[in-house]
Amino acid sequence: MLFRLSNENLGYDGTPVLRDISLTVSAGERVALVGESGAGKSTLLSVLQNRYDGNTALIPQDPGLVRSLSVFHNVYMGSLHRHSAAYNLLNLVWPRQSEIARIRPIVERLGLGEKLFEPAGALSGGQQQRTAICRAILQGGDAVLGDEPVSAADNHQSRAILAALSDTFKTIILAMHDVDLALEFSTRIIGIKGGCIALDAPAHAVTRSDLDFLYRD
Amino acid sequence: MAAVPSNAAPTTPRYSPVVKTSVGFVAAAAVCLAFADISITTLDPWLEMKRMAWGAVTPDFGAVAGLGMVVLRTIAFALCGVALGAVAGFLLSQIFHLGPVRWMCASVRAIHELFWALIFLQMLGLSPLTGVLAIAIPYAGICAKVYAETLEEAQLPALRTLPKGTGILSAFFFARLPDVWVHIKNYTSYRFECGLRSSAVLGFIGLPTLGFHLETAFSEGNYSEAAALMILFYLLIATLRYWMRPKLVGFYVLIAPFLLGSGAAINMSNIVRFLTVDIVPAPLREGGLLAGQTWRNLGDWSGTLLMDQALPGMVATLLLTQIALVVTGVLALALFPLISEKFFGPVVRTLGHVFLVVLRSTPEFILAYVFLQLWGPSMLPAIVALSLHNGAIIGHLVGRFSDEVRLRPDSPRGINLYGFEIVPRVYGQFLAFLFYRWEVIMRETAILGILGIATLGFFVDSALADIRLDRAMFLIAVMVVFNVAVDSLSRYIRGRLHLSTRAGQA
Repeated sequence: MLFRLSNENLGYDGTPVLRDISLTVSAGERVALVGESGAGKSTLLSVLQNRYDGNTALIPQDPGLVRSLSVFHNVYMGSLHRHSAAYNLLNLVWPRQSEIARIRPIVERLGLGEKLFEPAGALSGGQQQRTAICRAILQGGDAVLGDEPVSAADNHQSRAILAALSDTFKTIILAMHDVDLALEFSTRIIGIKGGCIALDAPAHAVTRSDLDFLYRD
Repeated sequence: MAAVPSNAAPTTPRYSPVVKTSVGFVAAAAVCLAFADISITTLDPWLEMKRMAWGAVTPDFGAVAGLGMVVLRTIAFALCGVALGAVAGFLLSQIFHLGPVRWMCASVRAIHELFWALIFLQMLGLSPLTGVLAIAIPYAGICAKVYAETLEEAQLPALRTLPKGTGILSAFFFARLPDVWVHIKNYTSYRFECGLRSSAVLGFIGLPTLGFHLETAFSEGNYSEAAALMILFYLLIATLRYWMRPKLVGFYVLIAPFLLGSGAAINMSNIVRFLTVDIVPAPLREGGLLAGQTWRNLGDWSGTLLMDQALPGMVATLLLTQIALVVTGVLALALFPLISEKFFGPVVRTLGHVFLVVLRSTPEFILAYVFLQLWGPSMLPAIVALSLHNGAIIGHLVGRFSDEVRLRPDSPRGINLYGFEIVPRVYGQFLAFLFYRWEVIMRETAILGILGIATLGFFVDSALADIRLDRAMFLIAVMVVFNVAVDSLSRYIRGRLHLSTRAGQA
């Protein structure tokens, strides 16, 4: 069991967005959170991230990049916890060949090879999003939590990104707006509506039309 | 027929708080002017002015021996002082949220570089360290505040995504510093320009920088030599961006300490005596600490000092500050169109830029010194010097800001454009700049005391000259409190009027 919430109210500053939430996620699950925007998917993700003591990688909706640093440095930040401060600073000023060799295949797999030493602020929205995903992949860990990580990618790219995430992480929890992609990729679908979990079922037992009610008033 | 609902227009206009505040400040300045001494006491100011003007057009670069070394020394003092101040300020900015650190920084920056130099002169004598510390200490206080505000206001989304277990140092240098680095770099290079001015002015009290030779040239009436020195100084500032390259900064800072000259040796016993004897109030030094009489004497001592020196000094400082503040504002509003695309073509704008650059690059101390030579000691030279220097700075900032105003295609021209379209739009920003400058103007009135204008600084300077260091310290403390109070008042007014809290480098 990786994540567990029992009968909890979740929200910001005492105003709950989600009420009476009970949820457990086990290792090896691939969970898709679906529901209207504003339903509380991001809230749920950040609570799961904060509660978990072990190492999880986070892909926030705002990609959380340092705009003046290069793609290499932004990706390298996923490994800051593994090295000493001195080694990190050395790489900040003068990237080591060994680190470049480690990061290059990750970046190339997501089509950012040419941009390795471009500042993140100069990239398009989709490229920034993929940079954040590369950072999460380098970071690794028990699980990855992503908030709409493929929102700026086309269908083909989305599949490549999800495949790359699946190769690195056994456990994956993603908020997704593309229902078809969610059904195709995940093992479990959690639908959020009206501040509660309105649906929680294995992906193979759910069809597209079963999810329509989540998006209706 | 039903009665038309009453919707009569008011018969008198209603004024916004911004206008009321401005009128209040102008009225206060008018009252101050009634009490201020602005007489011209020299016999023939025109003759001296003619000689200065002649000197200005016939600069004599050969007159100063070792001109190159003087320029190098001026740069070296600025480099060492600013580098030390910036590094200390950066470290302090990391703990700036602690109350005592904030107060300490506010206090050290309330004392002008020249007074720091006068204090260190007592402790260290004319050693290079005196000049370096005089710049480094107040600059550390200013940099700490600005760096801390910059770091605090930055949006740093990357901090959230760092892996758990990332060290503080790595987090700071990867996720916090890079995106604010540009701002910190820009501000520090602006500080270096200020440092060059400070370094030049320190020469007036004996350090081997440009001001030393300027003082000699002026006092001997050798205006061609003075003009050569001033032109050199303008060139130094105008070419700053060509020789102050980011890649060379490290190299410059490394060699600068070797260019400061040797000066007098530091005497340890002087420092100890200064800290343990000289600055202790006389009654405490002379009487036993347990005797009641000692403490009564101390009461009399502070009372007399407060009534005879601090109070008159504060009144003069306040009069001068309020008048100079309003004249600065009027000048800034009059000067900014000179560099604004909305009013003039490239030729006038270029001339306007040169004019404003010269005015704001000339340290207010030197302007005051020149006007003092012309008109004799009264508040007039101080008012004109402070207003020209600060008016040029604010005029430059407002002019740049006015270029960003977007006008409709059929907007009026000339004076109508100025009064109806531009000034109303830039006025808030203008006031923000001006209120930022309020504290600076007050700090500068103090240094004009060194030139004989009876502000608080005058009494401090006199006490230092009489080697009554205990009195000097007491008066400096009064000065600090006064400055910090004006700073808080300015912040309060800016908040009340909803003026931008960060007006950049004003």
